[in-house]
Amino acid sequence: MSSEYILEVEHLKQYFPVKNGFRTVPLKAVDDISFSIKPGETLGLVGESGCGKTTVGRTLLRLYQPTSGRIVFDGDVLFDSENKIDVKMQPYRKQMQMVFQDPYSSLNPRMTVEDIIGEPLDVHKLYSSKGERHDKIIELMETVGLNAEHATRYAHEFSGGQRQRIGIARALAVDPKFIVCDEPVSALDVSIQAQVVNMFEDLQKQRGLSYLFIAHDLLVVQHISDRIAVMYLGHMMEIAESDELMDNPIHPYTQSLLSAVPIPDPETARKSQRIILEGDVPSPLKMPSGCPFRTRCRYATEQCAREMPPFTDRGNGHMVACWNK
Amino acid sequence: MNENLKKAPFSAQINLSKFNMQDFEKATDEEKRQQEVMGESTTFFKDSMRRLRKNPLAMLSIVILALLLLVIIFAPLVIPYGYADIVKGTANLHPMEYSTSELKQIANGESVFPHLFGTDSLGRDYFIRVVYGARVSLGVGIFASILVLAIGMLYGSISGYLGGKVDLVMMRIVDIIYSLPDMLLIILLAVVLNETLTPLIEGTILAKLGTNMIALFIVFGLLYWVGMARLIRGQILTIKQNEYVLAAQCIGTSTARTIRRHILPNCLSVIIITTALQIPSAIFTESYLSFLGLGVSAPMPSLGSLANDARAGMMTYPERLLFPAFAICLIVLALNLLGDGLRDAFDPKLSK
Repeated sequence: MSSEYILEVEHLKQYFPVKNGFRTVPLKAVDDISFSIKPGETLGLVGESGCGKTTVGRTLLRLYQPTSGRIVFDGDVLFDSENKIDVKMQPYRKQMQMVFQDPYSSLNPRMTVEDIIGEPLDVHKLYSSKGERHDKIIELMETVGLNAEHATRYAHEFSGGQRQRIGIARALAVDPKFIVCDEPVSALDVSIQAQVVNMFEDLQKQRGLSYLFIAHDLLVVQHISDRIAVMYLGHMMEIAESDELMDNPIHPYTQSLLSAVPIPDPETARKSQRIILEGDVPSPLKMPSGCPFRTRCRYATEQCAREMPPFTDRGNGHMVACWNK
Repeated sequence: MNENLKKAPFSAQINLSKFNMQDFEKATDEEKRQQEVMGESTTFFKDSMRRLRKNPLAMLSIVILALLLLVIIFAPLVIPYGYADIVKGTANLHPMEYSTSELKQIANGESVFPHLFGTDSLGRDYFIRVVYGARVSLGVGIFASILVLAIGMLYGSISGYLGGKVDLVMMRIVDIIYSLPDMLLIILLAVVLNETLTPLIEGTILAKLGTNMIALFIVFGLLYWVGMARLIRGQILTIKQNEYVLAAQCIGTSTARTIRRHILPNCLSVIIITTALQIPSAIFTESYLSFLGLGVSAPMPSLGSLANDARAGMMTYPERLLFPAFAICLIVLALNLLGDGLRDAFDPKLSK
C-alpha cells in the first residue's frame, strides 16, 4: 500500500509520569503535534534543548509507548488511540530506523564493527550464509565511506565522525525507507558535520530515503531539509518550506530563533537586529495556560493566556500556531 | 622543481633544490606495504589481562593458587595414604616422624612414605587430610559462588532490565531475604535436612559430604545471591541508559538477546570481580560452620573441622591447628588479592 505520505502523525501526545513528592504528575514532553512527511522528503525539526524533539523521534519508532494520537506509516496505521490500534512493530523495524545523537554511547564498546552493523541482519535474518553476511557488511561500510579493513575493530578505535558512520551503516543495514536522524551531527566537529550531512543527502538520492532530521543548528537544518518544523515546549509552532521559513518566519518564536543565527558577514550582522527573548523556558511540569510561548512573547495578549492558538495554514502549507501574527 | 622557492630561515624542511629528480625512484609495492602499519585491535578483555599481568601481587596470587590446585589434585595420587586410612600404631606423630613399626620396616629395607604433617590422634596421615580439607573448602567456595552468580545474575538482570513494577516487586523480595538471619537458617536447615535427606542420598557422592553441606548450598542458593542480584541490577540500570541499548530496541532485538549481547558483556568486569571475592567469603562460611560442627560429616575433613579437632591437643600438637589455619589464610588471601587485582585491571579508574 502506498499513499501520498510515508509518515503521518496526528495529534501525537507523549506524557511521562513524574513523581513530584507523593503525587505523580504527567510531564507533557510532546503535546498534540501533527505533521507528515512525503516519500523522499526531509523534514527538519528544530527547537531548543528539552522541547521534545528527541521524544518525537523516539515515539515515532515506538521506543516509547505514545499516550495518544495516531501514527500512519506508508499507509499502515501503526498506532491509533481512538480506534485502539497498536500493531506489533517488529516488521516495521525493517522500514524505519534511527541514527543516534551521541556517537560514543550509541555503539556497544564490546562489539566489533562487523557485529554492530551485522546485528540488524542477524535479527531480521537477512542473509542465507556467513559469507553473504560478511559481503553485505563490507558493502554497507563502503557505502558510508568506511575502510573495509576496519571491520574487525572495536568502536573505541574510531573517531567521532567514523563512529557516526558506523551508526548510519547500522541503520541502513535493513534497507529502511524512513530514518529518524536524532541530532546526528551536533556531537561532531564542524568540518566533519559537513561530510556527514552531505553523506545523508547522497544516501537520500541513491536510496530514496525520507528523513526526520532533528537538530538545533538552524543552518544545518536549512541545508538538508525540504521543510522545517519548529517546536517549543512540546508544541509545534510553525511548519513551512525550508526557504519560506527562513525568509518569512511568522511565529514570534521562529523569528527570535532565526535572529540568533550568526551571520558570517559583519556588515549585514551589524544592521540586523536580534530579538532577545526574556526569561527562561517554563518547566514542562508547570505549563503556562493557553499558548506555551506567551510568557516570553512580546505580542502576548489575554487571548493567548486563555486559549491555545489553532495550528492553521497561512497559504502554501505554511502552518503556524499563533493568535497575533 | 621550482628554483625560486625560498627556504624559510630555521625551517627544518629539507631543501629539495639540492636533489635531482633522477635520483629518486618509485617505491615498490612491497615498500608501500611496509608503510601500512596497523596496530593490533585489542579488546577490552585483552587490555585488562595485560594490566593484570603487570600487577605483581595478583600474579603471585595466581601462582600460589595454581600451586595449591596442583597439590590438591595430584597429592592424593602420589601419597599412599587415604584421608580415612588408620595406620596402626602411628597415632599422634609429629611432622616427619616415623612410628616404631615403620622404623622397623625402614630397617628391613622397605620404603615408607613420610608423614609430612605427622598424624592425628587416630593415626591418619595429617597431610592428606589437610589436602582433602582444602579440596572440600575450595570446592564448596567455587560451587557456592557459581550458584550465587547464576541465580543473582538471572534475577538481577531481569529486575534491572524490565524496571518499573517488576523491579519494585523483585527488589522488595530481595529486601525481605536480606533481612533473614543466614547463620540461624543454616543451622536450622542442617538439623531438618539431616533427618529428611540422609536416606535419600545414601550411597552417592553427596553422602560423603553429608547433609550439612547440602544445607549450606541450599542456604547459599536461597540467601546469598541477593547481594549479587542487587549489584547486577545496579549495573544494568546504568548500562541501560546507553544509547546502544536503545539502538538495539530500534533494530528489533529481542529482550533476551539485548541482555545477552549488549548488557551483560558490559557488566562482565563487575561480575568477574564479585565472583572472585565471593569465593573466599564462601570458604570462610564453610570453615566457620565446620568449626561449629555443622560442616562436612566425618571422616571427610574440611579445613574448618580439622581446626576444630585440633583444639583438643592444641598445647601438645600446635601444628595440627596451624596447618589448616595456614591453608585457609593462604587460599583466602590469594583469592582476595586476585579479586583486587582483577578490579584494578578491569576498572583502572578505581585504582589509586
